[in-house]
Amino acid sequence: MNALLLAVEASKGIDPWIAICSLATVAITVGMGFWTAGKSKSAGDFFVAGRSVSVGWNASAISGEYLSAASFMGVAGMVMATGYDALWYPVCYACGYLFLLLFIAGPLRRFGAYTIPDFAEGRYDSPVFRKIAVCFVLFIGFFYTMPQMKGAGTTLAYIFPGLPYWAGVVVVGAVITLNVSLGGMKGITLVQAFQYWLKVFAITVPIFVLASLVGHYQQHLAANKTSQEAVASAPAGIERKALPAKAPKDEAWIAPFGKLTTKALDASIIAAKTPEAKAELEANKKPYSLLYTYSLIIALVCGTAGLPHILVRFYTNPDGVAAKRTTMWVMILIGVFYVFPPVYGVIGRSLTPELYDAVGAKGTDKVVLELPTLLAGRDHPLLGSILSGITCAGAFAAFMSTFSGLLVSMSSALAHDIYGRMLKPDASPEQRLKAFKWSALIVGLVAVGLGSQVEALEINFMVGQAFAIAAASYFPLLFMSVWWRGMTMRGAATGMLVGGLSALASITLTSVSDVAVAKAKKITDAAELSAYWADHPLAKTIADGWVAHPLARILCEQPAIWAVPLSILLMIFVSKATASTVPADVRMKMLVLHAPEALGLKQEYIKEHEGLGGH
Amino acid sequence: MSEPTSPTPVDIHSDAFLARMMRDQLKLSIACALCFVVALVALPLLNYFQPAFMAQRVFGFTLTWLILGVLFFPFVWVISYVFIKRSIALENAEAQAAQDGQTK
Repeated sequence: MNALLLAVEASKGIDPWIAICSLATVAITVGMGFWTAGKSKSAGDFFVAGRSVSVGWNASAISGEYLSAASFMGVAGMVMATGYDALWYPVCYACGYLFLLLFIAGPLRRFGAYTIPDFAEGRYDSPVFRKIAVCFVLFIGFFYTMPQMKGAGTTLAYIFPGLPYWAGVVVVGAVITLNVSLGGMKGITLVQAFQYWLKVFAITVPIFVLASLVGHYQQHLAANKTSQEAVASAPAGIERKALPAKAPKDEAWIAPFGKLTTKALDASIIAAKTPEAKAELEANKKPYSLLYTYSLIIALVCGTAGLPHILVRFYTNPDGVAAKRTTMWVMILIGVFYVFPPVYGVIGRSLTPELYDAVGAKGTDKVVLELPTLLAGRDHPLLGSILSGITCAGAFAAFMSTFSGLLVSMSSALAHDIYGRMLKPDASPEQRLKAFKWSALIVGLVAVGLGSQVEALEINFMVGQAFAIAAASYFPLLFMSVWWRGMTMRGAATGMLVGGLSALASITLTSVSDVAVAKAKKITDAAELSAYWADHPLAKTIADGWVAHPLARILCEQPAIWAVPLSILLMIFVSKATASTVPADVRMKMLVLHAPEALGLKQEYIKEHEGLGGH
Repeated sequence: MSEPTSPTPVDIHSDAFLARMMRDQLKLSIACALCFVVALVALPLLNYFQPAFMAQRVFGFTLTWLILGVLFFPFVWVISYVFIKRSIALENAEAQAAQDGQTK
């Protein structure tokens, strides 16, 4: 191994610290996987970690699972690229947990299921509904997996410049699949908790060292002048490199309603033929930006409360009160983390503006990994290498922990909901355990296959898609099922299906045309370009439609503002229309959801009904 | 909320008990959610109607950047802390009331 490393290093000039830190993270992850393998024995251990994870461990593990490649690298890159508006991402990623805490966490844990489809079936006594719910677990799961895989592929290619993109996808996919099939939920709980602390260490230490040498957060922010100021008010000694032409101007970057929210309208303004049309569109810019901002907020806040791989972790708490306490600690842990990625974005704008000129993985997404290396050029070569090694280790931890959580939730859906409930309801606990391991392998393979196809798509954009779908499907389902006794299975299913699928459809529409437009931009020859569009008439129609109707584009790119209310209204109307089918024992179900454990009403849905479970 | 479906006059299994318990918890949740939602709705509106005010410098940050990038996190922690305290107190009170009802 060492000889191989030295050989690779000698041929390509890889920083040994970066390689060592990254490999150490992988090695520790695999090591912990083997170590915990001996401790996970029962089916309960694999699916819900024996329902005995303490508040501290669980909060660390949930935070570790939640802080993905999008958080670690994407947020910093987005703040650098688009400025103030990108701050909504970290804030809503963290604060979305409040909705989960206020309305869902405690009751959901009390119901005592293994998976969200369990809850769907148990609440409405409907096996059909379980099938619908399973489909959404897999939908959202795979949408969320693809960006993690992309993060893995690009980071590995960054560390080892000769490596192809798919190599990183395969390596990370294999490591995590091994870990999950060794230890299940109990195994990854330890690994994810460790990875949370690693990520916090990796995001804070380099930026504190860096800031003490090159200037602090607010000093670099002050270097960007607002539209009210004649000149920037940066204190003396704050260095700033000249911005390339592609970078947004200071006034637009530091103020709300900038590039991120006006993209659709900007395209229409460029295409507008008359000055009057241009002026009219210009006047619409700010109201449309406001609309975009609100839709983004709804998607992120409601989406957080509807992500199946996060929700499933609440079942690992011993009781409802622990579930609530865990959620509060998660908000504190991830809130502390999310203060820092924007700091990288702000300092990166001052010191590494050359990233604006590159695109995709070589562009601003790289700022977290790139910034520490600056110290190498400032008489601190060793410090620069060590710090960038640390941030690389953090990036590894980020996509590994999120992927392992996704893998557990999708494997549970396959092994517990499809195999254990639909195909073979009388399977023994041993068979279920085996099914879990096989499912992990299958999901791992599919994820690697999908991941190797998405090199062209943006990390944060793909994550946003998963959030919007979750916000329009699972969030309304859980919220209404927990609090409204009049809900029927038909109402819940209609709302969830229509809301989720319409969000999925409108997002797919935007990304299909965006990929086509991105390809067309690379074609310089006019004849070739018209031939390309002739081959893709549908994409051409959609892309032209966006330019003609920027409002429609905004509503399709950020569908939460109409999809979430649509889903909830449908649930209410259809439930009212089918009121005769409200489950007969709804009062008992509501009592289980809401009564404190002290009353002794707690029934573990799984044990009660199936006799499956713990040893 | 829907009408009670099948009334049984036993203490904790009564609709009245369930309805009161759900109402109290939901009231608390909605009150906390409102604090959060008001802040979430207000910040973009302030940015929209008072851009100059929100762009003034506070310790080098612009006011709106300081609020969103830093102060929003502790604000949400406070809401969640208050919620947990009250919610657990409510649950204990319910459990106590139910036990008193049963021993009577």
